[in-house]
Amino acid sequence: MSVTQTLATIAQTLPDGAGVDDAQNIAAAQGAGMAYGLAAIGPGIGIGYLVGQSVQAMARQPEAAGMVRTTMFLGIAFTEALALIGFVVFILLKFA
Amino acid sequence: MGQAVVSRIDGPAVETTIARDMVRRGLWVAPALVAVFGLVWGVDGAISTAYGIALVMANFLLAAALLSWTARISLGLMMGAALFGYLIRLGLIFAAVWLVRDASWVAFVPLGITIIVTHLGLLLWEVRYVSASLAFPDLKPETKES
Repeated sequence: MSVTQTLATIAQTLPDGAGVDDAQNIAAAQGAGMAYGLAAIGPGIGIGYLVGQSVQAMARQPEAAGMVRTTMFLGIAFTEALALIGFVVFILLKFA
Repeated sequence: MGQAVVSRIDGPAVETTIARDMVRRGLWVAPALVAVFGLVWGVDGAISTAYGIALVMANFLLAAALLSWTARISLGLMMGAALFGYLIRLGLIFAAVWLVRDASWVAFVPLGITIIVTHLGLLLWEVRYVSASLAFPDLKPETKES
């Protein structure tokens, strides 16, 4: 659904007294929520894949577990940065 | 994979060491970042920047503590802690921002910039040390402690 369609749908469901500002606020809140939710999906998949592969590596070579855990932790943190960018977009859309 | 899930790791808690390293470096850089953002956005910007830095550091420490703790129990639990810990920490960051959304001192632009810049900056700084020590142990950058 495009932004125009969303705004039109919201405008139809709003009470008579509600103005354009209300519709824009609702659309902004919707967009912000979707941005945050969508931004969290990719890193979630990435972290799951990363940790799964790391556990396999540790099982195959337990002597390299320290090195694997180090790179795994840094990988998780880098992947999480994507979600944080989505979160920052969310707070800027919602609150700023 | 089944054996891997139930096995555990008793070695040193490398995640905690890395997170402490990052927090220590972050504490060195924090005053400069707060001063710069304070100059641009005023006192509110400075306080928001300090709050953002504290959030990022707490996030790193919590992630490290969760992974280190669960790795000593089982790798399966560590996998769960990595994924659900990610969701829980995102929720905690959201709650931390939500709680101060109406505070008089909060400025969202410097807060958002600080979260991203501090997170990526500290990570890249740490990677420089970690990658050097993993690939070429002799090239590990000298520190005062070593």
